[in-house]
Amino acid sequence: MAEETKKARPAPDPNSAKYKLGQIAAKAYTDVQEAKARGEKIGWISSNFPVEIPETLGIPVCYPENQAAAIAARGAGQRLCEISEGDGYSNDICAYARISLAYAKIKDAPEQNMPMPDFVLCCNNICNCMIKWYENLAKELNIPLIMLDIPFNPDYEVSDAEVAYVKGQFLEAIRQLEEITGKKWTEEKFQEVMKNSCRTSRAWLEATACAKYDPSPFNGFDLLNHMAVMVTARGKAEAADAMETLLKEYEENHKTGKSTFRTEEKYRIMFEGIACWPWLRATSTGLKSRGINMVTTIYADAFGFIYDDFDGMIRAYCKVPNAINLELARDKRIKLCKDNGVEGLLVHVNRSCKLWSGFMNEMSRQIGKACDIPVVSFDGDQADPRNFSEAQYDTRVQGLMEIMESRKGGAQA
Amino acid sequence: MFTLGIDIGSTTSKCVLLKDGTHIVAQALVDAGIGTEGPEEAFQSILAQSGLSPEEITRKTATGYGRTRWQGADNEISELTAHALGCHFLIPEARTVIDIGGQDAKVISLDEKGRMSGFVMNDKCAAGTGRFLEVMAGILKLEVDQLGDLAAQSVQPVNISSTCTVFAESEVISQLANGADRADVVAGICQSVAGRVAALAKRAGVRQQVCMSGGVARNRGVREALSQALEVPVVWSPMAQMAGALGAALHAWQKCGKPT
Repeated sequence: MAEETKKARPAPDPNSAKYKLGQIAAKAYTDVQEAKARGEKIGWISSNFPVEIPETLGIPVCYPENQAAAIAARGAGQRLCEISEGDGYSNDICAYARISLAYAKIKDAPEQNMPMPDFVLCCNNICNCMIKWYENLAKELNIPLIMLDIPFNPDYEVSDAEVAYVKGQFLEAIRQLEEITGKKWTEEKFQEVMKNSCRTSRAWLEATACAKYDPSPFNGFDLLNHMAVMVTARGKAEAADAMETLLKEYEENHKTGKSTFRTEEKYRIMFEGIACWPWLRATSTGLKSRGINMVTTIYADAFGFIYDDFDGMIRAYCKVPNAINLELARDKRIKLCKDNGVEGLLVHVNRSCKLWSGFMNEMSRQIGKACDIPVVSFDGDQADPRNFSEAQYDTRVQGLMEIMESRKGGAQA
Repeated sequence: MFTLGIDIGSTTSKCVLLKDGTHIVAQALVDAGIGTEGPEEAFQSILAQSGLSPEEITRKTATGYGRTRWQGADNEISELTAHALGCHFLIPEARTVIDIGGQDAKVISLDEKGRMSGFVMNDKCAAGTGRFLEVMAGILKLEVDQLGDLAAQSVQPVNISSTCTVFAESEVISQLANGADRADVVAGICQSVAGRVAALAKRAGVRQQVCMSGGVARNRGVREALSQALEVPVVWSPMAQMAGALGAALHAWQKCGKPT
């Protein structure tokens, strides 16, 4: 009886942003798999390495961070973490790294497989743990490591000296990749990739900015899913097309009073930190069940890159969120809070990410003060399920909601 | 009008019955928390004390870790709001509330109207919580309630350096084996808890009056160590352990449209 009354899931609309983005995300793995099968050289790449370089050269790459997130979201984070821990890696290091190093050893995880690399591309503008992670991958797999050093920037702007320092490395990385793969860099192709990357980024940033509408036309957790395309495919024309569709849908939702946040939006918060992938449903439900929409997060905006030329691209990669100082990072978040009518800040103290979580106590205190909003934090992890407690999370989120309710004049006290 | 608050914690269940949001008619404390008969026992005790039937209680509000599990509740609130309300009722001047619960420690900031304006809680670790004190009392073959008085006899508290409950347990055993005075060991334990919680309080921002809530408030050793660490007086109410349940009963009263 129950089966008879169960609603059939409607066929996905192939013109929808969700469908297009899902196809691109899935293709990110199959394209590389097929290239590997054809005998092409393929690489593993860190998320804030300039994807324009392999894209211009036509080199297929896949992303260990995305793979680790997918493995964790599908319930295998602990299994792979324990393999790495058995090999001597401390459970204090990044769970993405532990999962990736375990995968490099066992070479099979049904939750998300990807082809083994012929080289690895690492850029430390996202964190310095990345360096050792990729060094170990290169050593264990006996393959070349191409390393870009983008230093932490204590200043508000990117200096010409930093651009010059980084540019030399970009050019050397291109030379190394040409040598490894036999493929050649052309200015025409770079112009095309740059155009796509900027188109994709512009549409993405405009789409995320639709959270300024009240209510927001989207559930902030959508951004976490769509972000996979921003990480892996922002230099591709189909990604630009999909993101422009997403923007159109959000604008349309606003006009027609619809939203992908399918309950009344009572409260609007900013979520700070990487998603808690093993507990995505629990973290999402804990908010949604209380009418709390996570309307914005710096994490989503981190993958929007807009620039006009090669040097501009370098400057953009020198200003990614984890490579900038506390004051600039704080001001970017304050702007997001103010632009999007944020009423509270929920901070994920991510055990995997010392860099991000380390300065959050002070930064979130300053944001709370500047925006006059309550700030609440919870312990968790981007990929190791053992570092999260649902009951503890729930109490904190409820406490945050009760403060926001009280500020609106509701019953707390 | 009668309203009831029930605070279902990890180790105890507490119930308070209020009349007209101002008079405490009955209260009950049962040493059994979430997943036991404790909540029901506490509720039945309230009914027996007051002679009321469940229907005569206009609204029942649950709080604590077991707040969503008790079928008798009309609504539930976090223990953060509950302790804020309860402490404001007991000590209206309170601006910083410190509650050391069974499995977490909370520091709650209150505004002038007694509303919660922010809070900081411990990370995912049992150090600095009531469970830490229970484990240590167990090693010393003492009741938790005896720790405070014994700590007061200390001349030179020992240093319990580990933040991990399990490691601290072996540290305490080593201290006792090396002949350390039991009072000094207990004082060291209280200081260890106070040190962790004081760091949380400093993060939240310490504003006087600082008030302790929850069962650990009865522990003089922790209270005094906290006062020392924060360099401000730490006050408490003899009803501190019931503050969460009291706050829930007050919230129930407010929900009926009756501001306190």
